[in-house]
Amino acid sequence: MKLRSLMLGAAASFAVAPAAMAERGSDGHVNIIYWQAPSIMTPYLSGGTKDIEAASLVIEPLGRYDQDGNLVPYLAEEIPTVANGGVSEDLKSITWKLKEGLEWSDGSPVTSADIKFTAEYCMHPEGGCAQLAKFSGVKEVEIVDDLTVTVHFEEPKPNPYGPFMGGQSPIIQKAQFADCLGAKAPECTEANFNPVGTGPFVVDEFRPNDVISMSANPNYRDPDKPAFATLTLKGGGDATAAGRAVMETGEFDYAWNLQLAPDVIENMAEGGKGKPIAAFGTLVERLEMNLTDPDPSLPADVRATRKAPHPFLTEFNVRKALSMAIDRELLVEIGYGQAGRPTCNLVPGPEVYASDNTECLEQDIEGAKALLEEAGWVDSNGDGVRDKDGVELEILYQTSTNAVRQDFQALIKQWWNEIGVETELRNINASVFFGGDPGSPDTFQKFYADVEMYANNFDGTDPQSYLSMYRCGNEPKPESQWQGENINRFCDPEYDAMLDELSRTSELEKRYELAKKLNDMLTKETYTIVPLVDRGRVSAHSNSLGGVVLNTWDSELWNVADWYRIDN
Amino acid sequence: MLTFTIRRLILAVPTLLFISLIIFLLLELAPGDPMAQVPLTVPPDVKEKMRLALGLGEPFHIRFWKWIVQFFWIEPQVFIDHLIGTSLSDGKLRVISWQTRSPVMDIVVQRMPQTLWVVGMSYVVGVLIALPIGIYSAYRQYSVFDQAGTFITMVGYSIPPFFTGPLIIVIFSVQLGWFPSIYDTTHQVVDWATFKVQLQQMIMPVMVLALQTTAQIGRFMRASMLDNLNQDYVRTARAKGLSEAVVVMVHVLRNSMIPVVTVIALGVPAIFGGAIITEQVFKVNGIGQLLITAIYANDLPMVQTITFMFAVLIVFFNLIADVLYGILDPRIRYD
Amino acid sequence: MTETERNPESTLATTGALPDPIPTTPPRNKWRDVWDQFKTHRGALVGGIVFCSLVLLVLVGPYFWPFDPTYIDIRARNQGPSLAHPFGTDQLGRDTLARMMAGGRVSVAVGITAMLLALGLGSFIGVMAGYFRKLDGPLMRLTDLFLALPLLPLLLVMMLLFRDPLNSRFGPETGIFILIVVSIGMTSWMPTARIVRGDVLAIKEREFILAARSIGTSSTMMIMRHILPNVLSPIMVSATLGIANAIITESALSFLGLGFPPDFPTWGRLLFDATDYLQQYPERVIWPGMAISLTVLSVNYLGDGLRDALDPRIRGR
Repeated sequence: MKLRSLMLGAAASFAVAPAAMAERGSDGHVNIIYWQAPSIMTPYLSGGTKDIEAASLVIEPLGRYDQDGNLVPYLAEEIPTVANGGVSEDLKSITWKLKEGLEWSDGSPVTSADIKFTAEYCMHPEGGCAQLAKFSGVKEVEIVDDLTVTVHFEEPKPNPYGPFMGGQSPIIQKAQFADCLGAKAPECTEANFNPVGTGPFVVDEFRPNDVISMSANPNYRDPDKPAFATLTLKGGGDATAAGRAVMETGEFDYAWNLQLAPDVIENMAEGGKGKPIAAFGTLVERLEMNLTDPDPSLPADVRATRKAPHPFLTEFNVRKALSMAIDRELLVEIGYGQAGRPTCNLVPGPEVYASDNTECLEQDIEGAKALLEEAGWVDSNGDGVRDKDGVELEILYQTSTNAVRQDFQALIKQWWNEIGVETELRNINASVFFGGDPGSPDTFQKFYADVEMYANNFDGTDPQSYLSMYRCGNEPKPESQWQGENINRFCDPEYDAMLDELSRTSELEKRYELAKKLNDMLTKETYTIVPLVDRGRVSAHSNSLGGVVLNTWDSELWNVADWYRIDN
Repeated sequence: MLTFTIRRLILAVPTLLFISLIIFLLLELAPGDPMAQVPLTVPPDVKEKMRLALGLGEPFHIRFWKWIVQFFWIEPQVFIDHLIGTSLSDGKLRVISWQTRSPVMDIVVQRMPQTLWVVGMSYVVGVLIALPIGIYSAYRQYSVFDQAGTFITMVGYSIPPFFTGPLIIVIFSVQLGWFPSIYDTTHQVVDWATFKVQLQQMIMPVMVLALQTTAQIGRFMRASMLDNLNQDYVRTARAKGLSEAVVVMVHVLRNSMIPVVTVIALGVPAIFGGAIITEQVFKVNGIGQLLITAIYANDLPMVQTITFMFAVLIVFFNLIADVLYGILDPRIRYD
Repeated sequence: MTETERNPESTLATTGALPDPIPTTPPRNKWRDVWDQFKTHRGALVGGIVFCSLVLLVLVGPYFWPFDPTYIDIRARNQGPSLAHPFGTDQLGRDTLARMMAGGRVSVAVGITAMLLALGLGSFIGVMAGYFRKLDGPLMRLTDLFLALPLLPLLLVMMLLFRDPLNSRFGPETGIFILIVVSIGMTSWMPTARIVRGDVLAIKEREFILAARSIGTSSTMMIMRHILPNVLSPIMVSATLGIANAIITESALSFLGLGFPPDFPTWGRLLFDATDYLQQYPERVIWPGMAISLTVLSVNYLGDGLRDALDPRIRGR
């Protein structure tokens, strides 16, 4: 691990070598546009991607993931591993050592007390910390000396890189946040908007949900960086306008996350002022099959719970036929272009974790029909819809409101129609669909539909917690206020046993294998989850902005210190 | 009229309290969750803790009472502190937004300049264009001017800003490069050059918004003038030998103003409410954008506060309209 | 004005008879006069014809047009106008003409019914508040309340409460239609009510109302015969603006997932979807934009003609 990350670190610094020549602040001003406006400058009080990324300009973690998902040290001297002795043999502790001479932007030294405080801040029971999951299983953060801390875990942690790793858990300054613990956290407006950090920039003015003005951090650890003296991060509007401002009018240098139809992006790129860049992470657009019955006539405590199995989606052949009827290549072509790849995997990356499952890529309408025939689903009453024992193959297919998703719905509806499955479409406002309001019938957790479509991913590079979502008992149900992550209500003791094994295994090769097996159980062996597209991230930068390396494993602005202006 | 105004102002207090309760209940009932925009990678139990930290665990009447106290008691204290430098509000909890964890009123104040510059200005421009167009169109009904005016305003009104906005951006920013497509809210007007920059960045959103205002008010003005131009008193006034200008601009106009005053008074609070779509298209980030992002994020304290301030303005401007009716037509009595 | 004055032929025919002029033709119906006046209004006629043909096209058109609006022909996507697809095809290869016709049905139906509902409600509340002093306070405070309510949460709540009951009662399509029309109507009647009330307040104090009251006209008759006809022009303007509003609001509802299913085209939605393709395929925005404008314009001219025709002072000339 260490060797690889070192090599990659070297490669990365080689790639941005021209920037190193410049001196701090010599390249003037850089303009960034996020079509979702950042509301706060700390990831601990808001889980939103926009806020995490804005904060990553100012506050930094001990280590980050690079564009290939490798760990690279930031504030830490090196990434601790079992091999270099940083992680204990029993996997119950990890020891981080800070780089020497680090200073906060106010000039005070960064010490291990700040690291310990960061953990206290997030783990405070009344704080409502959004990144609490990063600190799960942490027993204690022990200060070894001024620059060294050891994180002790309750149980062995095969993946100890939760706390202080990645854009989600940066180090905050103890002096600034000391009075902001617990219930007081939201009252510290000044600290939350203008955190003292170690990153390349400091906040000059923060206008929530609008614009952030920043300037170079005078105490940044690399005296030559950042190349830009000032930075503006504008928020708001929509992806189309953001893309236009970078690629067509050239008003902005960098636009984040352009979720647009491929031909729209292509047309913008013809504007000649900038170019789109794409990279892949773990975000997978998928269809989730409801294994329980969402029939509205069922009583509220039975509907869409494990007490009422689905009338036909519990049949393997039906699920498989629904998957076979889909042409994923075409979906990618229409919806994502270069920012998408057809996939059959729930865990599409990093490569070592991705199963070689490609069976679903071929569309096979005839095969799907045959499969349904074989399972006894025939159109016995001549209404064009297959049925069996009086049950018609009628599907309610819901998703959130989003132009690409609505196109996918229309296409998939037509394919399912061809194999004799009637489909009703429904789209729901994203703030309701992804909200967990137990009073609303339209949340994705409640799943009052037969099939639903959305995208999900996991933080960092380890899929263990992601795969654990499909554990038996973790399904949303009335008793848990409809909270839960096992959306399909999947339940297989064998799967759970394998999950337990994964959480005990530290040997990487073994972990890869287990994760692949778990992935296959959810996808090609049961078609409980029908992955459609491995969605990349498309952003755009102007032709005059250099040093951009798109990273989907961490904040997109992870290497903003290396950005520079290309002279024409 | 004075007693009427005072009575209405007193009556406005229970009305507004009732409105605030209804708004609160409505927001309470609406489906949605402040955690909707938190990524799915954050597990549900963490989300539940975050909800509790926002105070969502408390019953709704307590949360309503807290809001009432914060808004009507603590926020005025903050305002007084700000004015005369006292420290009445120290240590008291203000209305705090769930998204930004900062006082809602501070953000509202921050958003006022661009809202007034763009939305307010477009309203003034729209009204100033609409009135003469409406008057002249009616006076020369079915003339070429009237027909052209009708055509342009109706087409303008039926094409929504979500289309006209991008259209003029493509024309004026992308093709011609005359104006910036993104509004800079940090821009300070200090001298002539910065004022020119400000004008350049305002002109497109103002155009889009003014078109809608012009269409609406112009149509009402025209219709109302037409009603009055054929009245007997107009004939009498002309027969008395009054000049045409006096007849139209004094007699007819005054009598035609009632529906127009109503429409204008209805529109003024909407300036504060901002222009949601236009603000999004041009990234003006005024109060409209603030409100819509708060609604999407289910930031209830923010939505409640902005909507309530909006309600205050509505009640107030409707009262102004009622007073103006009495001035325009002294026969109208409210006693 | 008497009946005979208005009818020159009968006046002519009876000049010879000295004592009692006996009309040879029966007295003319008031509505026939209205129609006669309406006919002379060229704008109104053109507007009427355009509007009727639009309605006819969207109602009958789909029966003669071979393409289904939801049928996807992926090989034919993003085509410009051609003989097979006169309006071109969209990004999934669906025929735009078929979608325009299917969308028109919904948009015109929603636009007209929602506008009528808002107008009816607004005029009723406005007249009641303006005419009856006792009702003025409560009704206007109600209007204030509705003006103040945030639209989006209100619509979400309405959908939450009524979508399932309406769906099970009237079936999904009619149910959603009712829900949309009612939501738009319920959230857009307030300006009409305020405007009508303002006018009624002024008209109520005019001499002719005093005269009518002195001969013992009942309140109902007073409102129907004397008040309503005099507030007709602001109502007509509200109607035209209301249609445009309703068509656009309907599309806004669809994005929120409150409207029709996503594969169901409407004009507002076609326009919104096409906005991203403004530069590549400008014709895609032109069709729905033109259809909405044409509808609104034609209704506007219709309203103009109707208003003139119903105004006895103009009709006499």
